[in-house]
Amino acid sequence: MNPDELHEKAQKETERQHTFRERLHCCTAAGCQSCGGEAVKKALGEAVKDGHLEQEVEVVGTGCLGLCSQGPLVRRQSDGALFSQVTPGDASPLLQADAPSLQSRRLDPTHPFFADQLRIVLENAGRVDPERVESYLAAGGYAALAVALATLKPGDVVAEVTAAGLRGRGGAGYPTGVKWQLVAKQPGDTKYVVCNADEGDPGAFMDRSVLEGDPHRVLEGMAIAGYAVGANHGYLYVRGEYALAISRLQTAIKQAEKEGLLGARVLDTSFRFQVEIRIGAGAFVCGEETALLNSIEGRRGEPRPRPPYPPEKGLWDKPTLINNVETFANIAPIITRGSAWFSSIGTARSKGTKVFAVAGKTALTGLVEVPMGTPVRTIVSRMAGGIAGGGKVKAIQTGGPSGGCIPERLLDVPVDYESLTAVGSMMGSGGLIVMDESTSMVDVARYFMEFCKDESCGKCVPCRTGTVQMHALLLKFTAGEATQADLDLLRELAELLRATSLCGLGQSAPNPMMTALTYFPNEFAARMKP
Amino acid sequence: MSVKTLTIDGKMVTGVAGDSVFTVAHHADIDIPRLCHLGGLPDVGACRMCLVEVEGRPRLQAACMTEVTEGMVVRTDTEVLRKHRKLLMELLLAEGNHVCAVCVSNGHCELQDLAARLGVEHVRVAYQHPRRAVDLSHPRFGLDLNRCIACTRCVRTCDEVEGAHVWDMAGRGHTLHLVADLGEPWGASENCTQCGKCVQVCPTGALFTKGLGVGEMQKDRSFLKYIVYGRERHQWSR
Repeated sequence: MNPDELHEKAQKETERQHTFRERLHCCTAAGCQSCGGEAVKKALGEAVKDGHLEQEVEVVGTGCLGLCSQGPLVRRQSDGALFSQVTPGDASPLLQADAPSLQSRRLDPTHPFFADQLRIVLENAGRVDPERVESYLAAGGYAALAVALATLKPGDVVAEVTAAGLRGRGGAGYPTGVKWQLVAKQPGDTKYVVCNADEGDPGAFMDRSVLEGDPHRVLEGMAIAGYAVGANHGYLYVRGEYALAISRLQTAIKQAEKEGLLGARVLDTSFRFQVEIRIGAGAFVCGEETALLNSIEGRRGEPRPRPPYPPEKGLWDKPTLINNVETFANIAPIITRGSAWFSSIGTARSKGTKVFAVAGKTALTGLVEVPMGTPVRTIVSRMAGGIAGGGKVKAIQTGGPSGGCIPERLLDVPVDYESLTAVGSMMGSGGLIVMDESTSMVDVARYFMEFCKDESCGKCVPCRTGTVQMHALLLKFTAGEATQADLDLLRELAELLRATSLCGLGQSAPNPMMTALTYFPNEFAARMKP
Repeated sequence: MSVKTLTIDGKMVTGVAGDSVFTVAHHADIDIPRLCHLGGLPDVGACRMCLVEVEGRPRLQAACMTEVTEGMVVRTDTEVLRKHRKLLMELLLAEGNHVCAVCVSNGHCELQDLAARLGVEHVRVAYQHPRRAVDLSHPRFGLDLNRCIACTRCVRTCDEVEGAHVWDMAGRGHTLHLVADLGEPWGASENCTQCGKCVQVCPTGALFTKGLGVGEMQKDRSFLKYIVYGRERHQWSR
């Protein structure tokens, strides 16, 4: 396919879509599927068939519509109405304009949960059919790749990403452009692009939603990255639990190869780029970049000491670019709309948007994408509607087992890398767990330590043995049997793990506990023997 | 070969590009504590005993895996490092079942020696008393997992030096353990050449020769030097 054919194909699909009076977007992401989304889609299809409306109404399976706690969700394209908790029995009413029986389940699009979002990464999720490449093309897909290949030199692409100020969305926030530059300037013909889709933080499902809802966007980002850094081979490392994401990615890769959007001659140019999927086998540590590389190579999923960093010596000792799903999903809009547009969003040092998976005790849970700089309080209280049933927020947790707890009084902290680090947590990949007054912070600390204990690969001594000891000490706290000596030892072990662990898992394992200890010392004191 | 000049513990030393801080320090008679490193084997940086401070680097670096650079300033024995090493040792001693009094390596054990050197007089963390297996199925050698510290010297030796790859690690975290041939009894291993190299490199009494008393079970690693030297210079071919 050349750029003209790409345009033509997109045009054709747009025209096809316009022939329908109504298009019904059924969420078929994992969240809605688990509560019967597929059955709703099937029922809608049958209702259309029964009413002989095949020429007028199209039922489209799409990615995540956001409000996961109230699925299955269905959106009518004609009036934008979004319906929650749809059952197969609602199929025929949905085809009528007023749908009286559904009014109570019609969601208000002006609710801050929707209105306060700025969707860049998720702009296609819920709009395109992730299983049809034409649908993505009609939404402007692969235009960025075409532009990059036709008008930009690899160095220009890197410069554009650098100028956009995009930072790694996996959590650490390393400037993406700088990382690309590091790989690009490495000598040698063999380089790799790796997409880290081993999303493992408890309560986090941003990357899953992107992969399920808009897989081509990630492939396009990877291809652009490959062109920019001089790599012809990409690996998508997806955790094995994401069966739906894997199947949609497989479909997407097949379609993209068939259309010449990936493969030996990408968009009829001399640029060659292939993407392979590697499926994880349930190890959290494989989300750590060097352990991920080991896993792709077929070795034990254990981290390697850095330096050397992957841009110098990565997959099979070749220069390797590793970015997270959300980072790659940001690339295409940066190329099509320009770095100036992207860098106009966000704060001085954190540009663009961030997707959060809001989970926990809030009234609404699901995916939100907000501009950087949005106060956490806005997300928790305004968008997610505060605590369900009107309780009081006690603390939130971001960054998963590597992040920390932020108490209610600090919730005005803006969402950006530096601010979240300053309060002892971290941006992390985007999990945001909200806790109310009924949650014990000692239990939270113990839970995350147990997670780290079970997920430690065991390679290095401090992480393997230290997490076991810290978990045992925290159990003494939950049992109300801890002493001052236990607390001192806990702190000393925390310091040891931070300073001496081989990889980020061990280094950050004490974080949830230490922030809980800092902000809620009384809760720990209350669990100590007098 | 480019020569790098650096400072380790205030001493000016030189090394060749590609050398590790550990190697260069070793040649300069600076003895950095270690458990997983063994000259001649590829390094993994797992035991964290050889962590050193390098000026200009925010994190502690494993000396065995840090290449020397020109002008590098390294400190191998600071208050902080001593404190970390001591606690690491306590964690190791509490993790397994290290009972010197009944161990065939008593008196010739690297773990024991290092614990003494680090001044570990008692263990503050809780002993785990794990239930671990002993494998005596091999005709000549024995494996007592209670004494294993998961340094993987045996794994690397068997794979890289002997080329048999009998040993591997299974499980993860606190369930990490050594296995022969994907979890077979060692004696049933078809890959094992019975060379005994793994026994010689083991820092503790986890791998031992059957029938030897405490006075006899002394490990000799000189073979590593000759094999690796010969291989690097292609002194034989297959």
